[in-house]
Order: sequence, then structure tokens, then C-alpha cells
Amino acid sequence: MPEAASALVAAPSAPPGPWREFWQSLSRSRGAMIGLGLVAALILIAIFADFVAPHPPNEQYRESFLTPPAWDKDGSMRFILGTDPVGRDILSRLIFGTRLSLMIGLISVAISLGLGVVLGLLAGYFRGLTETVIMRLMDVMLALPSLLLAIAVVAILGPGLANAMYAIAIVLLPHYVRLTRAAVIGEAGKEYVASSRIAGAGTMRLMFNTILPNCTAPLIVQATLGFSTAILDAAALGFLGLGAQPPTPEWGSMLASALEFIQRAPWVVTFPGLAILITVLAFNLMGDGLRDALDPRLKR
Amino acid sequence: MPLLDISGLTVEFGSETAPFKAVDGVDFAIDAGEIVGVVGESGSGKTVTALALMGLIDFPGRVRADAMTFNGRDLTTISDRERRALVGKDIAMIFQDPLASLNPCFTVAFQLMETLRIHGSDEERRNRATRRARALQLLEQVEIPDAAARLDLYPHQLSGGMAQRVMIAMAIACNPRLLIADEPTTALDVTVQAQVLALLTRLQRERDMALILITHDLALVAETAQRVVVMYAGQEVETGPVSGVFETPRHPYTQALLAALPEHNEDKARLQAIPGMVPGQHDRPAGCLLSPRCVFAVERCRREMPPLAGDAQRRVRCHFPLDAAGRPTGSWRPDGVAVESEGTA
Repeated sequence: MPEAASALVAAPSAPPGPWREFWQSLSRSRGAMIGLGLVAALILIAIFADFVAPHPPNEQYRESFLTPPAWDKDGSMRFILGTDPVGRDILSRLIFGTRLSLMIGLISVAISLGLGVVLGLLAGYFRGLTETVIMRLMDVMLALPSLLLAIAVVAILGPGLANAMYAIAIVLLPHYVRLTRAAVIGEAGKEYVASSRIAGAGTMRLMFNTILPNCTAPLIVQATLGFSTAILDAAALGFLGLGAQPPTPEWGSMLASALEFIQRAPWVVTFPGLAILITVLAFNLMGDGLRDALDPRLKR
Repeated sequence: MPLLDISGLTVEFGSETAPFKAVDGVDFAIDAGEIVGVVGESGSGKTVTALALMGLIDFPGRVRADAMTFNGRDLTTISDRERRALVGKDIAMIFQDPLASLNPCFTVAFQLMETLRIHGSDEERRNRATRRARALQLLEQVEIPDAAARLDLYPHQLSGGMAQRVMIAMAIACNPRLLIADEPTTALDVTVQAQVLALLTRLQRERDMALILITHDLALVAETAQRVVVMYAGQEVETGPVSGVFETPRHPYTQALLAALPEHNEDKARLQAIPGMVPGQHDRPAGCLLSPRCVFAVERCRREMPPLAGDAQRRVRCHFPLDAAGRPTGSWRPDGVAVESEGTA
């Protein structure tokens, strides 16, 4: 078998690359794979919502208010998960809601991560007064219950989806600042930073190009877990009427608007709640798996 | 005129009122093409001296010097920007732990090329391909086998010896005039130590670099250096040519260090040790810093700090410098034997 022989000779002697090693340790965890699969499915649903959803999200079918789901004796295959009190298809609204939820997660985590990394780098690199000012401010923010703080911020900015995202970004901020600062302090004392300084690197280059790439692992994990917190908080704000406003198909506001029908038509409340649960669970599972894969201290 | 000339270098940590002097009034000079060994126990201020020279001591550390010139430029008044242009190009440094000194996130080629992009020639600064060719050439100069294949490896894929060679390649990338090697071989195993040392001395000869070799390996200094500086608790205690210092040590500390070498204890059941520790911030003796550990210490040693005395060739910080037979000279008498008036210091 000449082909097999040459394949043996050509087999790379180099150790697996960083991506491959990462994938190997990630795929070892079943929870992480389930989470990853669910997240991938949610992303696809969000992207292709226009094609996947059987109905437009805000179309009212006046002849069928509160239709039960398809498997109920009164249900029909036309509305698989039933309709809400004003005759909109729940499945379609949930599908379009995925888009909103992921967007909320993405934007608020991005704002929070960007600001948090910069503040954390400043605090961890310069120490002293800079650190004290930044960290004590973050401590004050952490001292308030997160939802209460978010409500306060929305109360100042005014209700609405965009403002809810800013509020969530502010609430999540201290976690990233603290995490970055801790990682930066750990890395800044290492010899490669000194040798980079000796090679003539300036402050900005040391902070962003030398130290920051070595602090990414915990940040990636926190960002993934922060996604689920953001989605949950956005739903909570929506439920309280401070986030997305009707008729936006946002899961939290869907829950809120159907609350009075919980006795007569439980499906109207059940499915948005399930959607939130599954999404949050998926991100948490993925974040857990990422932490196990990225943290060398947890490796067996 | 020496390439590097330092006098009265002091590095302090801690409060203004009760500072801890990690380096205390060090005078040091090195010529182009010279190898100077700096030896001493852990905590004797060898590394801090080098870091102060490179401008790497941050607040709360304080660096003071009467004079500090490199190649005719005053390092005490230089701006940060000028220092960055100088350090890394004309003065380079390699550290003890090579694997910790390479950024784990980037490949060997990236890190070599990064230095070249800042300090390299005009052509190297502009052209990425030139930089890569030069990086490859540097790896070949430090005798890394199969250099082309190593360019794109990450630090964790290198062995310790290989990583130290990469560090040396980075250090010599810009043809420095002065190379400071801070325990370059301590983290390596013995066979690799010899190779790395041979490499360092070859590069030093070829390029006529000045080399400061910081180490606690006395044998290494004896083999490679021309001059040696013995440090203790932040002070220079003895300086001079290697042959002189090692054959007839004039300071009791140098004598004790040499006596502690395993080679000198072959016929004894136990290795000879120096009792006690280098004094820290809170147990600094009033007189000579070595007095609590010195076998010859007398009352005057405990009371009075000796100055660094002698000519430019050979200097020693002791009230009673040792003679060729290893006995204290001058008016030394063991405590309690006789109390008499002492001659001038």
C-alpha cells in the first residue's frame, strides 16, 4: 500500500495547533456540545427568521384568538404553538423574538466587554489612584441588585429596546472590569512583559498587544455567560414594560401581555418562557464548556 | 572612556522615611568587547541593578545615581521616548526563564519581527519579507536546527534551550553594544547550559559586544569573564580581574563563596556553607552588612561600615582585607584578645 506508507511518512510531527487542541477539549464535554448545537440552531433561526416562520410576526388573524397548540383537540396545524389574545401566531413571534434576543445579547455584551476591557486594563496596568477610582466605582455598581440598577438606568433613559440594552451593558460592566483587571495584574508582572518593554514597546502597545491577548480566555467565557444574563435581563425588563414595547415580538413582553390568560390559555405564557429557558440554558452550557476548555488549571 | 559608566547607583523601595536599599551606591564600568561577571547570593541586588540600568524600575521603586552614561549619553536625564529608542537597540537583556520571557500568544517569527519593525534598518521597517528573512537568519545565527520550521512555532512548542536561543536571537537582532544576561543558563539543564554559553561568548566575540553576565555560578564566571563584581546585600564587596579575585579573594564573603563550591569540598563529608541569610529590610546590621555572617567579624565591623577601597583594578569593601593566605590583615585581632587603638581605615 504505497499510499498508506506515504501518508505515514507525511504525518505531521508537530503538536496539534491551538484551535485543534481547543476543539478536542471542548468536544469532550457533552453539555458543551449540546449548548453549542442549540446556540448554532438559534443563530440559524435568527438569521433565516423570514423563511422559517410560517406567518409574519405582527399579522393578526381575527378569526382565531387564543387558538390552542396543534396537539390540542381544538388546535390546528395552521398555528402549531397556538395564537395569542389578538390572534398572532406564537411560533412566528418566538422565531422573530430569537433575532431580538440574540441582538440584545450581542450588543449589550459588546458594549460592556469593550468598555470593561479598557477600564480593567487601565486599572490593572496603572494601579494606584486610577485603579482605586475605577474599582471603587465598580464596587458601588456591584453593590446594587442588578435588575434594580437596570430599572433605575431605564427610568433615567426612558423605556425602549435600545435603552434596555444600554442599561444591561452598564449592569454587566463591573464583571468584565474586575475580570480584566485581575488577569492584567497577573500577566503584567511576567517576564515577557519586561522583555517586551526592553525591546522598546510603549505603554499602549504593552497594554493592548502584549498583555491583553494573554487575558482573553476568561473574558471569552464571561462574555458567553454574559450573553445569557443579558437575554434574561432583557426579558425581565420587557416583562416589566421597560424594555421592548408592544407589538415588538420580544419574549419578555410576550410573557407580560399574556399574563392575564395564564388560567384560560396556558400556552400563551408557556412557550415564551420555554424559549427564554432554552436559550439561557444553551449559553450557560456553552460557557461552562468553554471555561473547561480554555482554563488550563481545570485541565486534567 | 568606558562604554557604560555608572557611579553611585542606588535603588530604594518602600517608604521615604525608612527605605529599603536594594542597590546601595554601586559603581560600575564596562568597556566595549569586555565580559564582566556579577556574582552574589539571591537577594544581593544583581538583577535590580540591571533593571535599574534598563529603566525598568517602576514606582514605588526609586532610582538615583551620581552619574550613569552609556556611550557618552546621560541615562539619568534621558526622556522615556529616547530611552525606549536606546534600550532594546543598543542595550539588550536576556532573562533567566526563557519560556516566561516569550509572549505565549504569538509565534517566534512574530516576536522577532516585532522588534525589527521598531529598531531595524529602514529596509526592515518597511518590508515584511525582509524582516522575515532577517528573523530566519537570526535563528540560524543562534544555531537553531531547522530554523525555517521553527519560525512559526509558539513558545510552548519550544524546549527551554531552544527558547533561550530565541531570546538571544531577539536580543542580538539590532546589534546591541551591550548585552545583559541575567542568569541566562540557570533554567537550563547542564548540557544545554554549555551550548548556550558557548553561543553567547561566540556572539560576543564576533560582534565586539560588552557582556554583563549576572549569575551565581562562579565556575561560569571563571571560564568566561575578564572581570568580576561580587555583590552582597546591594553593595559591591569586591571587584577585580577574575584570576585575581578567584585565586586570592580579599573579602571574606568572596572567600566564603569560593569555599562553598562543591569542587573545593571533595575530601570533606559535608559541604561548607555560609551561615545565615542576606539581610532584608528589617534586620540590616549597623556596621558592615556581612558582619553577622563573617567568621572574622570583630567589634569594629559591627559598628562601622567599611568603604569600598583600593585602586581601579581591584577594590574591596572590608576593614581588614584578606592576604594571600586568607587571613585578615591590618590591625585585626580576634575579639577579646586585645583591645588597642586601631589604625586609620
